[in-house]
Amino acid sequence: MKNKFLPLSIIFIFVIFFIIFYKGLQYTNIYTPEIKTNNKIPLFSADLFYSNKVVNSSELFKLDKFYLLNIWSSWCVPCRKEHSLLMHLGKSNKIDIIGINYKDTKVNAEIFLDELGNPYKKIIFDQEGINAIEWGAYGVPESYLIHNGIIIRKYTGPLNKKLINEIKLLIK
Amino acid sequence: MKVLKLFFIIFFIFSFNQLRANNDDMKSKITKNLRCLVCQGQSINDSDSEFANSIKVLVEKKLNEGFSEKQIYEYFKDKYGEWILYDPELNKNTYILWLLPILIFLIGGAIIFKSFIIMKK
Amino acid sequence: MLYSVIGYYSLILGLCFSLILIFFSVRNFKNSKLLDTKILSFTFLQFFFVVISFLSLVLSFIFSDFSNETVFNNSHTTKPLFYKIAGTWGNHEGSLLLWLFVLTLFILIFLLRSKNQPTKYKILTLVFQQIIIIGFFVFLLKTSNPFNFLFPAPEEGLGLNPILQDPALAIHPPILYLGYVGSSIIFSSSLAATSLNLITKSWATHIKKWVLISWIFLTLGILLGSIWAYYELGWGGFWFWDPVENVSLMPWLALTTLLHCILVLEKKLILTSWVIILSISTFTLSMCGTFLVRSGILNSVHTFANDPERGLFILIFLFSLIFLSLFIFFFFHKTNKDTSASFFWLSKETSIIINNWFMMYFLSVVLIGTVYPIFLDVLSSQKISVGAPFYHKLIIPFLIPFLLMMAIGPKLKWIKSNLEDKIYLIILLAISILLSFLIVKNFDTNFLLNTILISSALYLFLITLRDFFIRKNNNISQNIAHFGFSLLIVSILFNNLFSTEIITNLKVGETFKSENTKIVFEGLNQRKEKNYQSIIGNFSIQNSKGKIENMLPELRIYNQPNIVTSEADIKTTLISDKFIVINLVQSKDYFNIRYQVKPFMIWIWFSVVLISFGGLISFIKKKV
Repeated sequence: MKNKFLPLSIIFIFVIFFIIFYKGLQYTNIYTPEIKTNNKIPLFSADLFYSNKVVNSSELFKLDKFYLLNIWSSWCVPCRKEHSLLMHLGKSNKIDIIGINYKDTKVNAEIFLDELGNPYKKIIFDQEGINAIEWGAYGVPESYLIHNGIIIRKYTGPLNKKLINEIKLLIK
Repeated sequence: MKVLKLFFIIFFIFSFNQLRANNDDMKSKITKNLRCLVCQGQSINDSDSEFANSIKVLVEKKLNEGFSEKQIYEYFKDKYGEWILYDPELNKNTYILWLLPILIFLIGGAIIFKSFIIMKK
Repeated sequence: MLYSVIGYYSLILGLCFSLILIFFSVRNFKNSKLLDTKILSFTFLQFFFVVISFLSLVLSFIFSDFSNETVFNNSHTTKPLFYKIAGTWGNHEGSLLLWLFVLTLFILIFLLRSKNQPTKYKILTLVFQQIIIIGFFVFLLKTSNPFNFLFPAPEEGLGLNPILQDPALAIHPPILYLGYVGSSIIFSSSLAATSLNLITKSWATHIKKWVLISWIFLTLGILLGSIWAYYELGWGGFWFWDPVENVSLMPWLALTTLLHCILVLEKKLILTSWVIILSISTFTLSMCGTFLVRSGILNSVHTFANDPERGLFILIFLFSLIFLSLFIFFFFHKTNKDTSASFFWLSKETSIIINNWFMMYFLSVVLIGTVYPIFLDVLSSQKISVGAPFYHKLIIPFLIPFLLMMAIGPKLKWIKSNLEDKIYLIILLAISILLSFLIVKNFDTNFLLNTILISSALYLFLITLRDFFIRKNNNISQNIAHFGFSLLIVSILFNNLFSTEIITNLKVGETFKSENTKIVFEGLNQRKEKNYQSIIGNFSIQNSKGKIENMLPELRIYNQPNIVTSEADIKTTLISDKFIVINLVQSKDYFNIRYQVKPFMIWIWFSVVLISFGGLISFIKKKV
């Protein structure tokens, strides 16, 4: 009996490996950092776009109001597509849209806003991309739905009609 | 034999050197240990993507603010999860990762040693 | 169009020959004397048709036949001819055709060169090899057909990624496959030999040539990959512990260990189990590597287009081969406990066994590091990364005793040895320690570890160097290979210790000054080439001795596909490489400059060539 133990256990181990690899095939290898939702918004201070003043996160995000933080740049092609939806959302008085202008020049950003409109109550000028990292973002565009100092939803990539409707439902 | 012992003593005296790296070296070391999230298998140090460049600026800023190496790793781990660190930490997820090779080494050694004992008989 | 048809049906024919060969082999296995000519002819025909198929694909690439989907996906009319040809195997489908090429070539040569071997053994080897070949034919035809039609045929192709258009990378797959895929013959023949109880000293001599060929090409193939990474990828490194790299290293580790065991088996009938297991493992690791890289299960720098369906096929194929080998090993292999010569602990046999022990440890580190993230993800949905720090921490401490054993081991005699000439061994050790202390003392980092590490490497270096000059050196190939290895470790260590890097942002006309270096961004030139636009930066770099060098890193903007690549300017001397890259910074008017001084790079490349050269000498040498 002892003779058979080694071969059988080796075969058993390989069967386990097979199963694990098989399951592994079905998982994606692309990593998207999990947003631990119901996370507090990060504490930070940042430069404002128009006034060049430094502002604190507590001044930007008041309690009891919904905010959409949107990271955008003039050189980002999908940002153009979602911008009109942002204009539409910005008209609602239930939600304020705060922008982070990501790794951009003021000149190009202003051209962008002149062309497509400005839905942002305030814009943070994030020339180095540091503020975006504070939020755990890694590309453009990305958006965060915030309420009472807590991140309710994170959207990686451009917003579309379906997501805007979801936002609208959430801010009722 | 005595010569060897002498050498070892000299070693130990000189081994009280600690890692004194300046900020640039530390920044290099840290960015080599961070993984670029938007690239296919590159460290932050090696990547030139926008994301990587922002991280490099932020690492420098944190170093200047006095963060230690470990604190910086914690900071990024908090934002992006463990995947961003190339050096897997030793926690309940990674015990097997770190210990299994050592275990294999020890088992191998034990088998060899045992076969020698058998052979001597 | 015609080429695709010819290519496709040639593959079908090749597959048919597999079935014919198996049929004939099984039917006439017992009465096998009559079989030789028939089998040889069919094997040749099989290879012939695979060649036809391969050539059809090459010609489709050369003539830019975009009715072929593979050519469409991977080529472009403006690509230079050399890269059109190399594009044949630079994609998933074509590379599988290359697999078949090597598989069928090697079994043909095997049959031709094994005239003196027992027929049953040859037939069984053929059968096992055909099992692998059939697997690849089916894989190709079902999931990765290189001859799919596109109708209507597009006017232009999608082009090949420009960073893959490089001479080193163009020949890297064929060379690597001769090693990687070539280990299939070792797999098949050792399974055959096990089944027939033929694992003997004479078999070891017979199989040694194949192990050497596979090993030499695998070593060179890995070298080419590293050289490409160094010259093309722009970060000045040559090894990243990326899954794709690890996947080529693992068979190499198994194959090197196998080589040592075969060298022992040639002389004494021991380590037979090791030989069989390692033969199986080398090819299994090759297949496993193919699986990891092509199925999309891992995230890595260079993976082919991923497709889980293909992944599933390879997975099932791989594990079928594993279970088959396990069955044969456990069922047929009888460990001959009585013929074990008893040997003393201080002997050549022991040193080889210890070598095996360490090599298997290194192999397990690389294997575990590469596949652990998959296991963790499946079992607990956690994603982690395993990178260079892991491998360094687990490998480097063990490298120290390994290097020392490598220096002393070959000096031991068979069965029992008392070290002769102990004096020079100790003297050289003292010299190594002293030298290394002098070198390392100027650097604060990790003083103790570095000193011991460099001492061991220098020790091996000095010992093997000395061996070139003593008169009774009858093992020149081992000497060259071990010397090459020591040179490799020493070069890598010095490279790590003495490399410097400057990263800065500069506008045209600006200067960067540091303690030892002054970099002046003189200007920019623009040029239009055949398939890209080129921006060349002009830099004057002055080192601490006042010598000024002019360097011209380049940015290439391709339009098909739309990619910007950075071409480093590298000035190589015997002492060090100077390496500079520039990169665009989004919406800014300055460039990001990365300047590195990397000592001993050329010695790193040369030492690997030396290692394979040692293998080549052993291959060519007549019976000692």
